[in-house]
Amino acid sequence: MESTFEYFLEQLINGVTLGSVYGLIAIGYTMVYGIIGMINFAHGEIFMIGSFIALITFMILGIVGITWVPLAILIVLIVAMLLTSVYGWTLERIAYRPLRNSPRLAALITAIGMSIFLQNYVQLLQGARNKPMQPIIRGGIELMRQGDYVVSLSYLQMFIILLTIVLMAVFSLIIAKTSLGRQQRACEQDQKMASLLGVDVDRTISLTFVMGSALASVAGVIFLINYGVIDFYIGFLAGVKAFTAAVLGGIGSLPGAMLGGMLIGLIEAFWSGYFTVEYKDVAAFSILVLVLIFRPTGLLGKPDVEKV
Amino acid sequence: MFNLKTTVAAVALMALAGGVAKAEIKIATVGPITGQYASFGEQLKRGAEMAVKDINAAGGVLGEKVKLIVGDDACDPKQAVAVANKLVAEGVVFVAGHFCSGSSIPASKVYEEEGVLMISPASTNPKLTEEGGDNVFRVCGRDDQQGIVAGNYLADYWGGKKIAILHDKTAYGKGLADETLAQLKKRGIEPAMYEAYTAGEKDYSALISKMKAAGIDVMYIGGYHTEAGLMIRQARQQGYNVQLVSGDALVTDEYWKITGKAGEGTLMTFSPDPRKNPEAAPVVAEFKAVGYEPEGYTLYTYGAIQAWAEAAKAAGSLDLDKMIASLRSNKFKTVLGEIGFDEKGDVTAPGYLWYEWKDGTYDYAPVKVNTSR
Repeated sequence: MESTFEYFLEQLINGVTLGSVYGLIAIGYTMVYGIIGMINFAHGEIFMIGSFIALITFMILGIVGITWVPLAILIVLIVAMLLTSVYGWTLERIAYRPLRNSPRLAALITAIGMSIFLQNYVQLLQGARNKPMQPIIRGGIELMRQGDYVVSLSYLQMFIILLTIVLMAVFSLIIAKTSLGRQQRACEQDQKMASLLGVDVDRTISLTFVMGSALASVAGVIFLINYGVIDFYIGFLAGVKAFTAAVLGGIGSLPGAMLGGMLIGLIEAFWSGYFTVEYKDVAAFSILVLVLIFRPTGLLGKPDVEKV
Repeated sequence: MFNLKTTVAAVALMALAGGVAKAEIKIATVGPITGQYASFGEQLKRGAEMAVKDINAAGGVLGEKVKLIVGDDACDPKQAVAVANKLVAEGVVFVAGHFCSGSSIPASKVYEEEGVLMISPASTNPKLTEEGGDNVFRVCGRDDQQGIVAGNYLADYWGGKKIAILHDKTAYGKGLADETLAQLKKRGIEPAMYEAYTAGEKDYSALISKMKAAGIDVMYIGGYHTEAGLMIRQARQQGYNVQLVSGDALVTDEYWKITGKAGEGTLMTFSPDPRKNPEAAPVVAEFKAVGYEPEGYTLYTYGAIQAWAEAAKAAGSLDLDKMIASLRSNKFKTVLGEIGFDEKGDVTAPGYLWYEWKDGTYDYAPVKVNTSR
């Protein structure tokens, strides 16, 4: 059974679903690194906050009586993106901007501090217990059948994959075509030159945090709907995996983050599926090490050009 | 002169501190107050608070009031040792804890060195009392008893089917899974799958697909309710009708909150439900009056503290050696029924029974309990 195509397909679906979550979070890491050269370790916590905001919004919608699922999810997505963006913006404004011109290490330590702060903040505010939610999207379509073994793609998985693709396309377009995207790319290349040419660097960086946080909150919403259990600690593990994905894909590269996320998700699913579940993290990280040995800048990362 | 003055002041201060501490007996309960097993931490905390309240209302222990300190180890072995050291420094004489075996075992070493008595309400790994010092007791069963019951059930009911055994790599989870596996092998049955997963993750879909593809009919999980709940939930989402069988770490209503309908029919082993003891009726009523259902290990914690208080009364002193002798030689009337302890520190009373989750609550299951080795 394990050697059949049906089984392969099932694990592929599992891997892509998981990879979507990693990829959406990884984009936040990669965008921030691209523009200010800093690893925002508190980004996993932003994802976790997005998830909590989504849960609270779902509960409020339940009380208000909006139970039509597509509308509820749309409202939750919008609310989560807006409120989480505020968190991301505030984070940058109070924790990182004052340190803009200090050594990189200072910003890095601050990021770790903010990560711990946000974790404890949610723990105190929301309690330490698991917050469960019952599935709201059920059912799916049957893709293949072999005897008793049915490969199905649930509506939820379809929704997750489609949403990820749409968001990826939209954000790639923003970076490539809009004036905001041009400003971001300019700041990425040379902040001083960009500011001399009239680009508001601080504003651009703030908007980068807002965009990254919005995507992380979408990942949070997906995580909540798909797995149905969240706690104040989920940001840590997801953050580590997403950071790995960003490095694997080439930190600083937007398509790289998505590719890295997908790869980590797929490696985990296939390794669990064909070898032992116990060593799936070992497998994922070994592949990261191998890639970095042969391509130090990651799969799609551009090598650093020495600025003269 | 200055030196003498400071010394005098320091001695006076110490005497003062000692005088204050004498007025009350400090005991502690330690469990996962935070983290993903926090629902069990709450059971321990609630049980301990109520026990101390009732004991103080009845005049305290040896004429002194009892003060409860609640420690949080988050089921992390490192944090457990840190908390144990902190409690020792605060002068705690007795600990009703910890919850997770992985925390209890390292913490018990600290208590042993410092001469603190420990009665775990919930840690079932055999090593706790087998390798622990004289100061270690427990009021719950052991995983080698639990594993035999589980292994026999799998052999009796699922002998010809495909069995998967999973564990979460913790002292409790792996210990229980391995005891079950050993009993299964003794009955001449090889499981079709043996896998370890990582606790704290949320995505087990790849593992579920793997079991589905291998045609596994029943999965036995040595692990806690969050992961077991997610697995059965994800199995049902994949349209996979596997039977879940697990151990005593599922006895919290949070399991049902995670699974919803998917948890219907889950089987687990747990010691006899103390809520059904006639001796426990007034305490159960007391809990319900404050709007709390004393499920799972709540009453076990209550019972551990009761046994300690009774033992102190019988010994007439809180001296560790006298307390150990008293615990080993006497019988205690507690909410758990009449209990005693053997030489190792294990409770003499009951083993394990089968429970089934149904409609958001668990009750005895119509399954034969086979304890033959």
